Amino acid sequence: MSQPFRLAAGGLIDRGRPLSFRFEGRDYRGYAGDTLASALLANGVRLVGRSFKYHRPRGILGFGPEESNALMQLGTGARAAPNLRATEIRLHDGLEAKAVNCWPNVRFDVGGVNNLLSRFLAAGFYYKTFMWPHWHVYEGVIRRAAGLGKAPKAADPDRYENRFAHCDVLVVGSGPAGLAAARAAAGTGQRVILAEQDHVLGGRLRWDGGEIDGLAADRWADEAIAALGAMPNVRILPNTAVTGYFDHDALAMIEAVSGDDPAAPAQLPRYRQWQVRAGRVVLAAGAIERPLVFPGNDRPGVMLASAVRHYLARYGVRAGNRAVIFTNNDEAYRTAIAFHAAGGTVAAVVDTRADVDPAVAASVETLGIRLLRGASVVATRGAKALRDVAVRRADGGTLRLACDLLAMSGGSNPNVGLFSQSGGRLAFDEQLTAFRPAQSVQNERSVGAAAGLRTLDEALASGHAAGAGDGAAPRATDAHPAAEITACWRIDAPGKAFVDMQNDVSADDIGLAARESYRSVEHLKRYTTLGMASDQGKTSNVNALAIMAGLTGQGIAETGTTRFRFPFVPVALGAFAGRAHGELLRPLRRLALHDRHVALGAIMEDYGWLRPSAYPRAGETRFEAEQREARAVRDGVGIFDGSPLGKIEVRGPDAARLLDFIYASTMSTLKVGKVRYGLMLNELGVVIDDGVCARLGEDHFLVGASSAGADRIAAWLEEWLQCEFVDHDVLVAPVTTSWSVVTLTGPHARDLLAEAGASFPLGPEAFPHMSFQEGMVAGIEARVMRVSYTGETSYEINVPTGRTAELWDVLMRLGGRYGLTPIGIDAWNLLRLEKGYLHIGADTDGTTTPLNIGWDHVLRRKGDFVGKRSLMLALHRDPARLQFVGLRAEGTEPLPIGAHLVRGKGADRASDGFVTSSAYSPVFGRGVALALVHGGTGRIGETVALEHDGRRLTATIAQPTLYDPEGARLNG
Amino acid sequence: MRYSAWTVFRQGLGGQRGWKPAWRSPDPKPDYEVIIIGGGGHGLATAYYLAKTYGIRRVAVLEKGWIGGGNSGRNTTAIRSNYYYRASARMYEHSLKLYEGLSKELNYNVMFSQRGMISLAHSPHDVELAHRQAGAMRLNGVDADFLSPGEIARRVPILDMSPEARFPVFGGLLQKRAGTARHDAVVWGYARAADALGVDIIQNCEVTGFRRGADGAVIGVETSRGPIAATRIGVAVAGHSSRLAEMAGFRLPITSYALQAFVSEPLKPVLDTVILSPATGVYMSQSDKGGLVIGGGLDLYPSYAQRGNMPVIRNVLGAVAAQYPSLGRVRLLRQWAGIVDVVPDSSPIIGASPVPGLFLDCGWGTGGFKAIPVGGTMLAHQLATLTPHELAEPFSLERFTTGALIDEAAGSGIAH
Ligand SMILES: Cc1cc2nc3c(=O)[nH]c(=O)nc-3n(C[C@H](O)[C@H](O)[C@H](O)COP(=O)(O)OP(=O)(O)OC[C@H]3O[C@@H](n4cnc5c(N)ncnc54)[C@H](O)[C@@H]3O)c2cc1C
Repeated sequence: MSQPFRLAAGGLIDRGRPLSFRFEGRDYRGYAGDTLASALLANGVRLVGRSFKYHRPRGILGFGPEESNALMQLGTGARAAPNLRATEIRLHDGLEAKAVNCWPNVRFDVGGVNNLLSRFLAAGFYYKTFMWPHWHVYEGVIRRAAGLGKAPKAADPDRYENRFAHCDVLVVGSGPAGLAAARAAAGTGQRVILAEQDHVLGGRLRWDGGEIDGLAADRWADEAIAALGAMPNVRILPNTAVTGYFDHDALAMIEAVSGDDPAAPAQLPRYRQWQVRAGRVVLAAGAIERPLVFPGNDRPGVMLASAVRHYLARYGVRAGNRAVIFTNNDEAYRTAIAFHAAGGTVAAVVDTRADVDPAVAASVETLGIRLLRGASVVATRGAKALRDVAVRRADGGTLRLACDLLAMSGGSNPNVGLFSQSGGRLAFDEQLTAFRPAQSVQNERSVGAAAGLRTLDEALASGHAAGAGDGAAPRATDAHPAAEITACWRIDAPGKAFVDMQNDVSADDIGLAARESYRSVEHLKRYTTLGMASDQGKTSNVNALAIMAGLTGQGIAETGTTRFRFPFVPVALGAFAGRAHGELLRPLRRLALHDRHVALGAIMEDYGWLRPSAYPRAGETRFEAEQREARAVRDGVGIFDGSPLGKIEVRGPDAARLLDFIYASTMSTLKVGKVRYGLMLNELGVVIDDGVCARLGEDHFLVGASSAGADRIAAWLEEWLQCEFVDHDVLVAPVTTSWSVVTLTGPHARDLLAEAGASFPLGPEAFPHMSFQEGMVAGIEARVMRVSYTGETSYEINVPTGRTAELWDVLMRLGGRYGLTPIGIDAWNLLRLEKGYLHIGADTDGTTTPLNIGWDHVLRRKGDFVGKRSLMLALHRDPARLQFVGLRAEGTEPLPIGAHLVRGKGADRASDGFVTSSAYSPVFGRGVALALVHGGTGRIGETVALEHDGRRLTATIAQPTLYDPEGARLNG
Repeated sequence: MRYSAWTVFRQGLGGQRGWKPAWRSPDPKPDYEVIIIGGGGHGLATAYYLAKTYGIRRVAVLEKGWIGGGNSGRNTTAIRSNYYYRASARMYEHSLKLYEGLSKELNYNVMFSQRGMISLAHSPHDVELAHRQAGAMRLNGVDADFLSPGEIARRVPILDMSPEARFPVFGGLLQKRAGTARHDAVVWGYARAADALGVDIIQNCEVTGFRRGADGAVIGVETSRGPIAATRIGVAVAGHSSRLAEMAGFRLPITSYALQAFVSEPLKPVLDTVILSPATGVYMSQSDKGGLVIGGGLDLYPSYAQRGNMPVIRNVLGAVAAQYPSLGRVRLLRQWAGIVDVVPDSSPIIGASPVPGLFLDCGWGTGGFKAIPVGGTMLAHQLATLTPHELAEPFSLERFTTGALIDEAAGSGIAH
């Protein structure tokens, strides 16, 4: 028979839409609106999982994120998802699930042998053994045995989204308290977001009865939700769990959008992660029931009493035929009544309390249900499903009760996770036997069961008040009275009584931890792994610390709880990325000329910007392209896209003063229209950037930074201005992306530029090296600098970025007769290396000072500048410091970059410096290299040994190579 | 009581009834020969080596909360010695060697698992730097292997190796002997071993001030459990170092930031090494329990709140999902943060403080778990002999006066 435990009527399911699904290789049916858990229960499937350590058979325990047993591997292939809770999986047609952590299947699991050995595998046993001969001998086996589900092997094909939102009031949870709060707040026009983790709104109103303002609770919920849904200032988000509460009332939420349903429209993301900044927050997340701790409490068929009620009302599923109710409080009596009303047999209500309120007792006894006061369940039996329980009566006698369901209730814990994340302090409430919010830190208010309130009426009233609305709160007209409870943390009886079901932590393990001095709750947690499972201790933490308190004699309040952490429910990593995949992970920057470079066959690589490394022609290697491009610059003219170069305008009466302080060189003496090279240092004297600075006017400078330094240096200037030189009258404006730079370099650079048309004279007298002109080039407004990184006559032509292509096209068209050649980064680097120019970031690292690179003259500079004081330290002037030199290898082969010079023998072998830049130079016909070498400038001519990746090399220390030493080409 | 397979077996038969406390919980005595402030790994290791190596057993470790509750119980447990400068390499290599024998030394399984650590190279420039780093490591006597992309693909099949990846992989630097250990076990192992030698471990005892003699030297501490006297005091409080320095009237070049860590739900094995992507700063390993343990960069502003914020969370975890595309459906289980003590040159400060009798072990920042054995060794030496340990000499507070910084981040090129 299909779905033997499904009632003929009832539940928020669509009986008109049957669905098929497969669990552990068998086919079953359920209905739209089911969760996998409710559908399994409807089909009478009891055994749904295996525990982490002992592989004990387990059944469904709860109905929401507190579920610790029913963990599923959902789907197959790239869309497989590990460790999902059956209670949170919305059923869809064709769903396939398997229990995690069992082999070959959940019914017969080889790992079950651990259960037989469990007496030796107590908490923390692994800290005491596996040391001989070595941990590695055991680790492999343990790793393979551990872990729950399997990650897919293929890339996740689904999409995720991130959204930001603001609201006046964020209401967490849509039970009576949450709905009352949302209605009250929305009624006054406040912008409200109502988030509910369930796919059905209403919380307890959907399954726990009651009457509000004369309406049945779920009718009242329908009307409240309809009213809210019609209001433009309200956003209702079902399937949305609030996962984090950060500083300044910033919260994170995860919305399950497609529900992993293959029939969901393809454009829907799998999850949407929200970041919400709320004016205030109403925490109405309800309470979570606690299991009772007694031997055999983990057998399939032992469930939370609230879950039994939930499945009855929400899904029309009766989780068994014959139930025993085991409780220490009044609330579970409602489960007995509901189960009875649904046609089930209640074998007995076993209440640990000797005194039960007569009205409560009568509520079951009048139905003919047997009530055992002062009694406890002390054992359960049944191999893979519950068969019977043993009850110890008040008189000490024992009694066996046959049953296939045990509904237990040890009381309820207010759901304080978010409150605790917000920084709020908890207090232990003796009457409630639970922790509840006590002292707020942020702008939040807990209401209803989440605040420890016990009745529907209080929930409505507190919600309404927190919503700060007008009018009267809704009233519960026919509701249950406050449920009384008498604490019962552990049933004293022999046998394994589990506290943390998933991680197999028993009450005896807590005793062991206490004996061994792991008594602080954090030690307890870490030593026994209690509360560290995928449910994060939602049902186990309070039981555990109460048991620990009992053992140490400290109060529960003093024992305290462990910290509640983000996220409240596990969140798929993909949701944190959202759309930030591939290029969007760290967005790539493209040049204005990108398409032209690509059309020229450039190899585009990521240098912070996507830039051409080389433009190999058909049949050419990258190296060959580099050599050809470099030669073209020496012989004719090259064109280089230098747009990423940092450009920062510094303007104001104090501009020169600021720059004198920022640069290691004086800039105030620079003449208008001139350009000067300078280094920038940090306070430690370390070179952080270099570049040319042009004086555009008396109070106006254009600071050039390296491409990598563009943003950093702009921020650096701004920081000095805002933190130290507040009295300076200067403005700093980064304009890097406003101007693109096309550089012409080579003996024919001037001819080509002249042909393109410049509105200013170009001759070496009127426009010499290290000077600046502003005007028109090829009809485009331009700033042109004569600076050179190649050693050849060069013009850096800055034009507005929107007109770069125009300039490039003119130059490319006219350049043919001069052999104009596009130059990539590779050749550019080679050319500067031939000239002996250093490249910050390649030839320097975060420890290099000017005194390492031959700029000793900065010490003589008058006036203060950043880093000067540090440079005065004796250490930086040590003759054995690293110094910048050239290296000549034997033969023509270039030295490998990163190779170390090695000094000493045996254990004294040490690095004597290293190669920072190196390439094969076509003009020299051999490798050229730069290096930082200890005491290098005093060792010119010395032969040194190098090592690289196991290879041994020799080279001679030399002056850095100097192509065109007189500078005829540069200045020509 | 000795831990072994045999005792585990015997106690299993005996219902686990016979285990002894791992450490006592004594009340503080009025005075000690040495007081160590901070019951993290460094403080406890210091106590252990003081008792074991130097025979000084009248030692108290004062911990304001529970031992290991600071960064020693919050870190991502990577242990390596792949440092660039010789002073660092020697120190961390010494520590790694001590880790290799630590389980047996302490008779406590710290599960040191040498499954290696790979630092990826994402560009030709990274490859050059990796070679420079590898060369320095070998000269420092530390193992280093440069891995080809093919070799990395084989070792880390979940990594996106495609040329279209935002950060393509050009190779990587492997230290084979690097790995991870169980952080709590390191703390508890040292605590148990120190306790067995007579050290008093005093929890819930916060130091609130120092007592000073006429000459300015320390003569004891004020605590939440009353004054306790000692003329030699070691401070190993990580993120709280500046606060203790303030109590003693001096300043340290330390800024405290939150550093976050993350763990996923347990999975069957997918990752068999520690792997770091310098482009995103994200590193990851898989614990023996099956959780992916993930770390990334610091939060951007100084703080003492052990929490962290969403922008950094998204930055780190988003990078995991992007760089390891098959992990998108794996779920984050838990996030937390510790307060790390960051020094401008990112190297520790060990040895004398400006106050006579008061000695420091701090500034380990984001990387001092791997240094617990050596940190304890060095501070114990300093407290016992009143002279710096040979390995500690380059790491004195002095270096901020002489300028002899040991800037690992900068030296290995990360600063650019
Ligand atoms: C998220 C994260 C990841 C990390 N990952 C790594 C890693 O992968 N590898 C690595 O090597 N390192 C890592 N680290 C760094 C490493 O955790 C620390 O450097 C190391 O644990 C420091 O140990 P400690 O004993 O000095 O400090 P802690 O363990 O922090 O101990 C200091 C103790 O001092 C106590 N204390 C403070 N003030 C007082 C007072 N007034 N009185 C008494 N007691 C006081 C504190 O409660 C604390 O218990 C990481 C750190 C974090 C936060």
